[in-house]
Amino acid sequence: MTVQAVIEQEKLAQFEAKIENEIKIEPNDWMPEDYRKHLIRQISQHAHSEVIGMQPEGNWITRAPSLRSKKILLAKIQDEGGHGLYLYAAAETLGVSREQFISWLHEGKAKYASVFNYPTLNWADIGAIGWLVDGAAITNQVSLQRTSYGPYSRAMVRICKEESFHQRQGYEIMWRMMEGTKDQQRMAQDALNRWWWPSLMMFGPHDTDSPRSEKAIQWKIKRESNDRLREKFINKTIPQAELIGLKVPDPELRLNEDGTYQHGDINWDEFYAVINGNGPCNKQRLQHHIKAHQDGAWVRETAAIHQQKMNNHGKH
Amino acid sequence: MESTNDQQGELYEVFIQSKPGQSFKHAGSVHAFDKNMALQNARDTYTRRNEGTGIWVVPSKEITALSLEEQAYFVEPSTDKIYRHPTFYNLPEGVKNM
Repeated sequence: MTVQAVIEQEKLAQFEAKIENEIKIEPNDWMPEDYRKHLIRQISQHAHSEVIGMQPEGNWITRAPSLRSKKILLAKIQDEGGHGLYLYAAAETLGVSREQFISWLHEGKAKYASVFNYPTLNWADIGAIGWLVDGAAITNQVSLQRTSYGPYSRAMVRICKEESFHQRQGYEIMWRMMEGTKDQQRMAQDALNRWWWPSLMMFGPHDTDSPRSEKAIQWKIKRESNDRLREKFINKTIPQAELIGLKVPDPELRLNEDGTYQHGDINWDEFYAVINGNGPCNKQRLQHHIKAHQDGAWVRETAAIHQQKMNNHGKH
Repeated sequence: MESTNDQQGELYEVFIQSKPGQSFKHAGSVHAFDKNMALQNARDTYTRRNEGTGIWVVPSKEITALSLEEQAYFVEPSTDKIYRHPTFYNLPEGVKNM
């Protein structure tokens, strides 16, 4: 064995010991190339999801039914933008620039959560998104607070503090509609019908079909499996639906003896179709992001020139 | 790896003081083209819920950090001087206010 190989092996052993002892890995620490790659992919995908997720909700800012709901929705969407920034910053510590992440997104080389490729058809959808989509995201993010990579973990802690308002505002919308007219109740139920399955898909394929998960769990990037997190989400969400008179659109849903739920089959063909670009809004979401980015280019160029002038000025 | 001409400014580290009198704590980082923009971005990104009143922003490249190779021996001297800790000392039974 070469000296280099011995050193590498020693570094790997130190890395694995840290993971074993729940010591966070920090940006300057040695890490296996696959660990870095997995994090770059996972954190940037998470960041893109936060930012693309602003679009379906942004659709309803000008049409929110009251000033109260408009202010709340604006604050929520601003939070999502902030969450994207925390995550981009965490991802950048792995040696890839912000500009590069954005350009991978625009080139279609990076993914975001498939759920944001569904349209928001009416106000009840804003309720369903906050309650279900944010609810699913929280379930995942609470678990990720314990991820082994320091910057990712710290971003998750910050995000989790802000997310519970998001879920409550969504549930409140659904509750108020269920207390309202027959038409409002129908709208709420229709929104649940359309968002339930895409929300369950947010946790990703079944553990048996998730090839990257095993390594990610071994390295403690992910702390719980896709199926375990999905089960947790289902178990807490169904009683919330029942409490306000909503029915989860799953004829095969069964209550197990231990109080957990057994759900029907998820339509994975739909999941993969949407992931691969064939959802109802994929093109629209990406084009909108590219347009907003291009429309803002002159601001960045001007700011960069200004910065250069100030730097030169400072030298005299 | 770079395949873009876009630029999003320099990286700044953000430190937040939660209340007057408290020490400033690292909160995260932002991109900005100058100091004022860094302060504004830090406010919008890290203080949306009364997280703090005091904000420092520092260009990340101005921060000097201990290198990984130095870590072990650089901080090592503090571990062998246990007499720097109050618990090192024997005291007579019954002594008060110490």
